[in-house]
Amino acid sequence: MSSLLASARQSVLARHLTAGLVAAVVGILVLSLVSEFRATQLAAMAYLGIAAAGLTLLTGLNGQLSLGHGAFMAIGAYTAALCLQDAEPLAPLPVILLAATAVAVLVGLVVGIAAARLHGPYLAGATLALAVAVPGLAIFWDGTLGGEQGLTVRVPDVPAWFADAVFFLTATDPTRGRYTAYVAWLVLVAVFVLLANLSRSRVGRTWRAVRDDEVAAELAGINLARSRVLAFVVSAACAGLAGALMALVVRIAAPSGFTLTLSLTLVAAIVLGGLGSLVGALAGAALLTFLPQLVTQFGGDLGLDDVRSAELAPLVYGVVMVLVILLAPTGLVGSLRTWRHRRAARSAQPPDPERTSTTHHNTTERARA
Amino acid sequence: MQQLLTTTLSGITLGFVYAAFALALVMIWRSTRIVNFAQAPMAMLTTYVALTVIDAGYSYWIGFAAALVAGFVLGAAVEWLVVRRVDSTVEINPVILTLGLFIVFHSVAALVFGSQFRSFPAPFGVRGFEVGDTTIALTGFGVFTILAVLAVLGLLLLLFRFTDVGLRMRASAFNAEVSRLLGVRVGRMLSLGWALAALVGSLSGLLIAGGGLVHPSYMDPVVVYGFVAAVLGGLDSPMGAVAGGLLLGLCLSFVSGYLGSELVAMAALLVLVAVLLVRPGGLFASTVQRRV
Repeated sequence: MSSLLASARQSVLARHLTAGLVAAVVGILVLSLVSEFRATQLAAMAYLGIAAAGLTLLTGLNGQLSLGHGAFMAIGAYTAALCLQDAEPLAPLPVILLAATAVAVLVGLVVGIAAARLHGPYLAGATLALAVAVPGLAIFWDGTLGGEQGLTVRVPDVPAWFADAVFFLTATDPTRGRYTAYVAWLVLVAVFVLLANLSRSRVGRTWRAVRDDEVAAELAGINLARSRVLAFVVSAACAGLAGALMALVVRIAAPSGFTLTLSLTLVAAIVLGGLGSLVGALAGAALLTFLPQLVTQFGGDLGLDDVRSAELAPLVYGVVMVLVILLAPTGLVGSLRTWRHRRAARSAQPPDPERTSTTHHNTTERARA
Repeated sequence: MQQLLTTTLSGITLGFVYAAFALALVMIWRSTRIVNFAQAPMAMLTTYVALTVIDAGYSYWIGFAAALVAGFVLGAAVEWLVVRRVDSTVEINPVILTLGLFIVFHSVAALVFGSQFRSFPAPFGVRGFEVGDTTIALTGFGVFTILAVLAVLGLLLLLFRFTDVGLRMRASAFNAEVSRLLGVRVGRMLSLGWALAALVGSLSGLLIAGGGLVHPSYMDPVVVYGFVAAVLGGLDSPMGAVAGGLLLGLCLSFVSGYLGSELVAMAALLVLVAVLLVRPGGLFASTVQRRV
């Protein structure tokens, strides 16, 4: 038993899988306990978290900033919505989610190949154009894509085996709304396990090398273009999957859901959490989901009407985003980590070798992040 | 034939506005190596200032002047308060900063001025001139747009070519270190550069708004078109930005006239990608250089 534990601690994959399994079970239990409204909110947090996780890998590990992830979410959402038009869905839900991801991957490949040659503000401008351009396409092809009104989504029936499994865990039958929340969280956990492994793998190290020094990376035999395109495609895939889940949760895919604001708030989420940190991406997504309600209430107390107090939330993100970039460019998670290491260094115990090596690793990573 | 003429004329008018906006982006890029994505909401805010002044009963021109002054002050304030303090050794930081400002200005406008659509007056007619019994698409306001942008271009040219301040500004953009040693107050020159750029941006905001509707995100597509126009001209060259603006205005006007206005942003994206892939230094670049 103890050797099993030890091997689990040593193998990154085993550690991530265990954490994922625990997170999945806890997630389902929490979702079954909270109210329907909270479950929907948590589902929203899950899809934002998936999109933000993809973006944080692209920006934090590979150094490419995309302002166009709202566009990839739109692509995923419309693909899923087209498959979920009739009472009988075109395919089982997992297949639809994979199809939405695949379409986003294809578009991401095209954009990524173009983007691989750009950097800094050029890339930001190009992806900004993408974010503005894609909703226009949905209006242009209003015959298939529903124009301004968009497409309504029919949530498929809860599969019997899934209902049984949930009943086994929580002793309740899932409603359709809760079913989408369960699906969103399970997908979130799966995506995070995959991305966490990817970031610790050879691929992740390649991405960091490209971010830190292009010339050195190229001399070390890394194909810069291929590494950039791969990062972009992985990130677009996450956004597409997130979009498909978003269509399921909000039950509509419409151009008004994929404005420039969505893309910018995703950037805000990863900046707040700390670029390159998956936990930070999740924290950012949680903030995006729960902060609006809090500050809107606060605005109501101040005597603002509903429409205006709804604008307080973006104001807070924007101000915090500016402050984070000015004061703590590594974000919440990065700053916490620095603080912890500084405190650990102060408590003058002779540090064990493993600890120092991680400290060193983290500070070098922080220096560029 | 009629439609061709209409599309061309409205393309030229629009092109001048994009040229002004692109020029604002280029001015900031030259002096601080930052693409100011917040230029669009800054111009939107100053247009709201003009609208407030006009709604209070003053004439259009007082509102116009108020917006330009507000733009000047806002530009200087943003540079002095925020942009100066960012660590731009990491290429992504300034980009994220301007995006943060983008979100902030957006929500400030919605908080202060409300997010409903409001109509913005135009000082000249917005109906086309009549030649014989056909109406051509050139409006009084269109002529004013072209003249206003040309006047601003001329003034900037005079400033940069023939005045001492202009020389100092060019010097601080060219080499901050050496200019500082030679006694130029580089920080002040950068603030002035941002202020002038924001003023030009405000002008383009006013020109877009004239005779149309204003709401907090009405300038959002313009930042994309202005950026594309600036990149067309090489992002480093003011004249290139103007040429790029005109070219893009014509191109987008044809897309809008013959294919559909929903595709305009997509067309801008395609133009941008095509230019960046074929001539990354812009259409008029002679040498391609890249910092490593």
